[in-house]
Amino acid sequence: MLLIHCPYCEETLPEAEFTYAGQAHVIRPENPSGQTDDQWEEFLFIRANPKGPHYERWRHFHGCGRFFNAVRDTVSDKFLTTYKAGAPRPDLSSLTEGLK
Amino acid sequence: MNAPISSFTPSVLAESAVARVSLAAPCARLSLRARGDLAPLNAALGLTLPTRIGQRAQSGESQALCLGPDEWMLHAPETLAAGMQAACDEVYGTLPHSLVDVSGREVTFVLDGPRAVDLLTLGMPRNPDSIAVGEGRRINFDGVTVLLWRDGETAFRMDVWHSFAPHLLHLLGTGVAELAAEAA
Repeated sequence: MLLIHCPYCEETLPEAEFTYAGQAHVIRPENPSGQTDDQWEEFLFIRANPKGPHYERWRHFHGCGRFFNAVRDTVSDKFLTTYKAGAPRPDLSSLTEGLK
Repeated sequence: MNAPISSFTPSVLAESAVARVSLAAPCARLSLRARGDLAPLNAALGLTLPTRIGQRAQSGESQALCLGPDEWMLHAPETLAAGMQAACDEVYGTLPHSLVDVSGREVTFVLDGPRAVDLLTLGMPRNPDSIAVGEGRRINFDGVTVLLWRDGETAFRMDVWHSFAPHLLHLLGTGVAELAAEAA
C-alpha cells in the first residue's frame, strides 16, 4: 500500500484513507463565456498523461477531508512531495535531485 | 439495512475475556466549522479549541476534538447542548461560524479490554499506536469513516454513523470472539 504524507495532518498515512482527485493546477478561466470552444474543451477534458513526475490532487477523505497537491512518479508510484492546496508548484529539479 | 438510534440500548454488545464492545449513553454532538481568530468561540464554549489535527480539549463534561484545519467535533451532556449553541450564537456577529447539532447522526461504541488495540487492527489501515492516549482522529474503519477517541492505552471510543453501526458491530463482534479463541 502507498504511504502518503498529508500536509494538513502532518502525518504519513496509508493510501486507503485518501482518494485521488485528478490533475492539479488546472485553472478555471475567469470568464468562461469569453473562451473559444477549443479553449473550453482544453480546460474541461484535455489532461497531461506524463510518464514520470505528475502533479495531481488527492483528498484525505477519511481524515481531515482536505484536498492537497502531490507530485507522484507515474512509473515508480513514488510520491516526490505533497503540499497544501493553493501553494505554488514545487520546482521539479529540486525534487528529483535526491533520486539520482 | 439502516438502524435508527433507538434500535440500540446502552449496554455491552460483545464481550470476551480479551476485549469488550459496549454502547455509550447518548450525548450531544455538535459539528463546528470556523476560521480565523477563535478567541470569541473559545470564550463562548469555555475551552480552548485545539488547533493541531487530532488534539483534544476538555472542560468539565464537554470535549472538543480537532478534525481538520477548520473543523471540530464537540461532545457534551445533552443538557448542556442548548446553552453551548446559544453562547456560540451570540458571538456569530464577531466570528461567523457553523455549529450544527448532529446528535442524531451517530452512536458511540466503547472498546476496551487488554486486546482492544488488536481488535482495532481488524478494520483500520493505519497503526492504532499512531494515535496517542488523550487524542483522537477521524479514520477509515473497514471502509467506513469513523471518529476514534483514545481515552487510555486500551480504551477507545468510536463514533459511527448509525446506518453503518450494524455492519461495524458485526465485524467487532467477530473480532472479539476471534481474539478470545486465539487466547484460549
